[in-house]
Amino acid sequence: MTLNLSSTWSILVKLHLVVPGVFLLGACAAGAQAPPAGPTPARAAAATPFTDTLSVERAQYPSSYTRRANPPVLIRNATILTATGREISNGSILLQEGKVVALGPSVDAPAGATVIDGTGKFVTPGLIDTHSHIGVYAAPGSAAEQDGNEATNPNTAEVWAEHSFWPHDPQIPLAIAGGVTVAQVLPGSANLIGGRSVTVRLVPARTVQELKFPDAPYGVKMACGENPKRVYQNRGPSTRMGNMAGYRAAFIDAEAYRMRWDKWLADRKGDPPTRNLRSETLAGVLRGEILVHNHCYRGDEMAQMLDLAREFNFTIRSFHHGIEAYKVADLLAAAGTAASVWSDWGGFKMEAYDNITENAALVQQAGARAIIHSDSPDGIQRLNQDAAKAMHAGRRAGITVTRDQALRWITANPAWALGIDDVTGTLEPGKAADVVIWSADPFSVYAKAEKVFNDGWLVFDRLDPSRQYHTDFNLGQTAPGVGR
Amino acid sequence: MIRHLALASALLATLAAPSAAQTVAITGGTIFTGTGSRIENGTVLLRDGTIAAVGATVAIPAGATRIDASGKWITPGLIHTAANAGLGVRGLGAYGETSQSGDVTAAFNVREGLDPDAVDIPITRTGGVTTGLLVPNGNFIAGQAVVANFSGSRMEDMVIRSPAVMVINLSSSARGAGGNSRAGVLARLRQIFADAREYESRRQDYGRAQMRELAASPADLEALLPVLRGELPVMMVANRASDIRSVIRLAEEFRLRVILRGGAEAWKVAPDLARAGIPVALNPMEDIPSFDGLGARLDNATVLREAGVEVLLAHQDSGGERNLRFGAGNAVRNGLSWNDALRAITLAPATVLGVASQYGTLETGKVANLVIWSGDPFEFSTVAEHVFIRGQDQSLHTRETELLDRYRTLPPKY
Repeated sequence: MTLNLSSTWSILVKLHLVVPGVFLLGACAAGAQAPPAGPTPARAAAATPFTDTLSVERAQYPSSYTRRANPPVLIRNATILTATGREISNGSILLQEGKVVALGPSVDAPAGATVIDGTGKFVTPGLIDTHSHIGVYAAPGSAAEQDGNEATNPNTAEVWAEHSFWPHDPQIPLAIAGGVTVAQVLPGSANLIGGRSVTVRLVPARTVQELKFPDAPYGVKMACGENPKRVYQNRGPSTRMGNMAGYRAAFIDAEAYRMRWDKWLADRKGDPPTRNLRSETLAGVLRGEILVHNHCYRGDEMAQMLDLAREFNFTIRSFHHGIEAYKVADLLAAAGTAASVWSDWGGFKMEAYDNITENAALVQQAGARAIIHSDSPDGIQRLNQDAAKAMHAGRRAGITVTRDQALRWITANPAWALGIDDVTGTLEPGKAADVVIWSADPFSVYAKAEKVFNDGWLVFDRLDPSRQYHTDFNLGQTAPGVGR
Repeated sequence: MIRHLALASALLATLAAPSAAQTVAITGGTIFTGTGSRIENGTVLLRDGTIAAVGATVAIPAGATRIDASGKWITPGLIHTAANAGLGVRGLGAYGETSQSGDVTAAFNVREGLDPDAVDIPITRTGGVTTGLLVPNGNFIAGQAVVANFSGSRMEDMVIRSPAVMVINLSSSARGAGGNSRAGVLARLRQIFADAREYESRRQDYGRAQMRELAASPADLEALLPVLRGELPVMMVANRASDIRSVIRLAEEFRLRVILRGGAEAWKVAPDLARAGIPVALNPMEDIPSFDGLGARLDNATVLREAGVEVLLAHQDSGGERNLRFGAGNAVRNGLSWNDALRAITLAPATVLGVASQYGTLETGKVANLVIWSGDPFEFSTVAEHVFIRGQDQSLHTRETELLDRYRTLPPKY
């Protein structure tokens, strides 16, 4: 996964001029040379009459995120948990121009740096949630805001979560106050294939474009089990075997679609095929450009989905809500598929009946990637607490889970699942300055995120009300919400 | 298969009825009695299901079973003020026993739907939760909640107070019962209360069909009479400050003993709640604004307590009732004192639910519900090592521990 941290749209465009097959052009064949985003006289003369006007070859809803300029920040005397296997007690970390520049026992403050005394504090990477519906199931939860499930067809691979996302959802500042810097926002689980996800930085913004994580690959949401067959019981699928038939039919269409486009892009003969957004998303999966995020509770169903992936030659990046991941953790390890799980949710439906709190630890023990996710605007505020529960349950069961490993469940591993692990998820020189300062060990129930830096921007300071973001919705009507 | 059966019968045996009377001495631990006092290196003596002695120097009778609790923390058994454990098959709605269809079901009492063999009861105990208010959910007048211990092979062994409270929902989710309006809900409730009183004075007329049609069935009106006599507390669900003020008005108008449940904006009316003596059963993690409570905030419990309001914890956690203690920890995280957080899950609910003479603290003569913790009960690193209910050291074996044992290493052990 080649990813570049681009801070401006102009850099993005340049990147796409030289890197073929990037995600911005989701339906382009890998390896096909992408033309400029806009027509230029020189190319217009050489190209066929259609190429300069084809929508598929233009920017597809690009990020307009721009990093804020901030003075350097040096945090001193803190316990630094890096999520790389290294912990530094009484250490320093320097953030400059949106990056972690240096960290260690002693780091000098450059001129103009803000120096923060971290005595007694803990520093971690910003937390990352692989599974959120913030912005698409927004508070205050009115019927007008139920924008997460396009429950009109079992396959709606054509819809994009970002087109539902409301950047003034008041749940965003609450998640920020929980130390979360990045989240994947997904469509809901009503459909077999629910649509594309969007990875966002949790920062103040007017538009989704302004917080869309630059160059993050798209995900596609798929759902197993009870939800799709319940929602579509009258028209089908109404059984688990119906679910499987539905995924297969969709990928058979996508396979044919991809071949038509690949052929046309190679020879440019005749009219281009008609775009079909549904197949375009799934063709992106087949090309390895779009990552599969699969809501799947039961272990036996995960095994079915791994076979589906083999049939169509793609990989499943992460199962989500994997209540029974522990039962098939060896299969997940072999397939290179992560498991996004809760610590102890369970029993709320039949496919969630067999939850055990040791799940994440057992997944890790088997050599697969464990992730603690939320699927909840409450849970996203306390990912550290959920990871703590899972960590201690694992230890009590005799499984080695270090603090750094548990931290990876909510930082480095979700970064990998979202395809942004070369940008964020750990504290290392060169990584984004996505950093949280905690009042205490983040795995204590009493710990609070005190300061949250997102790409170097101090987006939350518990000790400074002027640094506590309120969405437009909050103004004049809601409580501070972040506690004291 | 034989091994499987043996395991199953062993499990049944451990969950079976309490054995004969016994004396247990728990020594060396730090005892948080729940009255605000803390005894280092203390002893708790349990005899015949009750607390025989608590203190720094307690004579231990010969023959007592000794448990060394050095380095451990000992608290009263925790009391959950919005429990559903035992009411149906975990969270499976189709097997739920927490509501009866209809919007006025005052005569509905959850107790005969309670299944002592439900798998979530042992899971609840692992969180040190020994006792709960089992609440009906959903309807406008939802029905009667009971207080039960999470141990016993028969419903009668579990339930210690029935009915304990009447549950009435005045939040926005009940608006349908009032013609889709809050004012309509209140008008309907007043009519039902008035009809209950009229019914009480004219039962014979009603029996002879010499009365107009009443606003609810005789059984439901009958069930509301103890509420109107001030004998049975009524738990009113309301979140918006204006709705909470309506609750306060109703309490004064009908001289009701009210417990506020939900109370997302209770902090806004904290002095009024304190003056009216209304306790609040809340979710200490509730902070997401909705039009039923735009002012929800994490330090609600802290503000209420500072104003002198009694606070109880009543959150229905996706991980189950066992997580009650982490709610208390979060309340402390957000400003509540540790002692007040413990109180909110021990003495405060015992008092409000009318069982404080027997439950809620570690004091001589009370029922021996207590927990020995490996450390601070509010921390994730801590585990409940022993859970005593009525003096019996409970099994902490659950369906989850059996799943873990099977899948601890792969392939699984069948």
